[in-house]
Amino acid sequence: MKPTFAKGGKLEKLHWVFDGLETFLFTPGHATEKGAHIRDGIDLKRTMSIVILAMVPCLLFGMWNVGHQHYLAIGELVGRGDGFLEKFIFGAIKVLPIVVVSYGVGLGIEFLFTTIKGHPIQEGYLVSGMLIPLVMPVDTPLWMVAVGSAFAVIIGKEVFGGTGMNVLNVALTARAFLFFAYPTMMSGDKVWVNTGLEEGQKLVDGFSGATSLGHAASGNIAGVVPMLDSFWGFEAGSIGETSAFACLIGAAILLLTGIGSWRIMLSVLLGGAAMSAIFNAVGPSIGNEYMQIPVLHQLMLGSFFFGLVFMATDPVTAAQTNTGKWIYGFLIGLMAILIRVVNPAYPEGMMLAILFMNVMAPTIDHFVVQSNVKRRMKRAALQTA
Amino acid sequence: MSTATAAPAAKPAEGLFSKKNRKLITDPLNDNNPITVQVLGICSALAITVKVQNAVVMSLSVLAVVVVGNMVISALRNLIPGRIRIIAQLVIAAGLVTLVDIVLKAYVYDVSKQVGVYVGLIITNCILMGRYEAFAMGNKVWPSALDGLGNSLGYAWILVVVAFFRELFGSGSIMGLRVIPESVYATSGGAYFNNNMMILPPMALVIVGIIIWIQRSRNTKLIEQA
Repeated sequence: MKPTFAKGGKLEKLHWVFDGLETFLFTPGHATEKGAHIRDGIDLKRTMSIVILAMVPCLLFGMWNVGHQHYLAIGELVGRGDGFLEKFIFGAIKVLPIVVVSYGVGLGIEFLFTTIKGHPIQEGYLVSGMLIPLVMPVDTPLWMVAVGSAFAVIIGKEVFGGTGMNVLNVALTARAFLFFAYPTMMSGDKVWVNTGLEEGQKLVDGFSGATSLGHAASGNIAGVVPMLDSFWGFEAGSIGETSAFACLIGAAILLLTGIGSWRIMLSVLLGGAAMSAIFNAVGPSIGNEYMQIPVLHQLMLGSFFFGLVFMATDPVTAAQTNTGKWIYGFLIGLMAILIRVVNPAYPEGMMLAILFMNVMAPTIDHFVVQSNVKRRMKRAALQTA
Repeated sequence: MSTATAAPAAKPAEGLFSKKNRKLITDPLNDNNPITVQVLGICSALAITVKVQNAVVMSLSVLAVVVVGNMVISALRNLIPGRIRIIAQLVIAAGLVTLVDIVLKAYVYDVSKQVGVYVGLIITNCILMGRYEAFAMGNKVWPSALDGLGNSLGYAWILVVVAFFRELFGSGSIMGLRVIPESVYATSGGAYFNNNMMILPPMALVIVGIIIWIQRSRNTKLIEQA
C-alpha cells in the first residue's frame, strides 16, 4: 500500500495524509530526512496522545453528568447512584456526535492544508479537537460546533502558519467565536442541561437550568451548589469542565509525564486564590455576597480547574520563560476571578482571561529576557572593569 | 463617458486614456489597493460595513470627495504655498465633506442617520489626504481625477465585499432584502442563527484579512521578500 503514496506514486498528493495515519500510534522504521537527527520515543504525537489520555476522565465524567443533569431536570433517577448506565449512555449519545463533528471538521481542514502546503500533518489538532467538545454546552447544535472548529483551525491557527505558530489557544478561539457569534446558544440558562422531553415526561417544578455561576452573576447566591458537589462536578455546565476532581486526575497525568507545566498550574491557582482572598477581605464592607464565597469554593466553581489544567498550560500559547510562566499564570487566575465576580455580563472569566494572557505572553517573555540580558550585561561590565 | 469626453481634449501628446492614465485607475483596484495593500482607511472599513447599503453610500461619498478634491487641489497646486499646504488641503476636504453630508441629509436621510458621524470623519480618512498630498499636489488635473477615481473604486469594492458577507451572515439579508428565508431561523422552528460576531467590528478585520490572504496568494508580486 505504501508505494502508492510515495513520490511518483499514483496518490502522491496524499502522501502526507498517509504518513500521518501511518505514524499515528507507532513509529515506522524510516530515518529522519533532514534537520536534527534525534529520534526519541516521545514526539509531538505521543505528547498529544498523553494529553488526550489526561482528558478522558473529564470526558467520561462529562458524559455521565450530562445524563445526570437531564434526569434531574425531568425528576427521574434523582439519586446520584441511580441508573448509572442510563445516564452514561444518554450522555454518550449527546456528547459523542459533538466529538465526532469537532474532529471531522478540524482534521478535514488540517488534511486539506497539509495537502496544499505539502508538509507533514501537524498533530496539534488532536488535542484541540477533544478540548472543543469539552468546553461546549451540551445543547450546542452540531453545525455550530463545525463552524466554530473551522473558524478556530483556519483563522486561529493555519493563517499563522499551523501548529506551534498560533497566538491564541485553538479550542478557546472556537469557544470565544461561538460565544460572541451565538450568545443565546453559548450562555444564559437554557443550554447547559438537555431538556429534550419524551412523551409523558415533564420538567420538575422550579427547574432553572442555570449554572452556579449564572445564579451567582444574577445575584442568587443561594443557587450556587455546595463546594463538595462542585469539586466532584455534580452541577450544570459545559460538558467536560464541571468536575474539578476529573481535572485533577488529568493534572496528575500531565505532571507525572512532565508534559504540563507545574509552574503555570500552580501560579494560576495562586492567582485565583489571591483574587478570591482580596474579595473575601473587601466583600463584607461592600456588602457583596458573591465576593464573600470562600476562596476554595470560588476556585472549585465553573471552569477554573479545567482552564488551569488543559488551557493555560498549552505550551504554544503560554509564556516560554520560567519567570514568564509565573507572571502569566498568576494573572490568568487573577483575571478569571475578577471577570467572573465583577463583570455581570460574563458569568465565567476563565476563557477571556486565558485568551487575553495568550496575547500578552510574548510581551511578558520579552521583558523577562530583556531584564536577564541587562543583568548579565551589568555583571559582565563589572568583571571587565 | 469615455468616447464623449475623450475627443475634444485629445490635443496634448498624451491621450486621455493612454496606457499610463488607465493604469491610474486599474492599479488601485488590485496591485496598489488602498485598503488591502496600503492598509489605509481601515477605520471606516470596520465601522460602516455592517450593511451593504451603508457601504455603498460611504463609498460614493468618499469617491466624490477624493475625485473633486483631487481636481481642485491639482488645479491650485501652483498657488498653494508649500508650508501651509496641509492646511489648505484640509480646508478643501472639509468643505467637500460638509457638502456631501448636506446632500446625504437632503436626499437619503435614513442612510445619513446611520452613517452619520462617519461621513464627517471622511476628512480623517488617510486615503483622502494621501491622494491629495502624494498625487494631486504634483500632477495635472485630469490624471488627478483619474487617480482619485481609481483609489476610491479600490476602496469601494473592498467595502462592498466586506459588507456583503457581514450583512449576509450577520443579518441574513443583502441591501435590506431578506436572503436567508425566515423559516430556517430557530425562532420559527428552524436551526439557523444569525452570526452576531459578523455585526461586531473584529469580524470586519478578519474578512479584510481573508481578502488580503486571497489577493496575495493570487498576486504573488505583493508578497514581501523576507
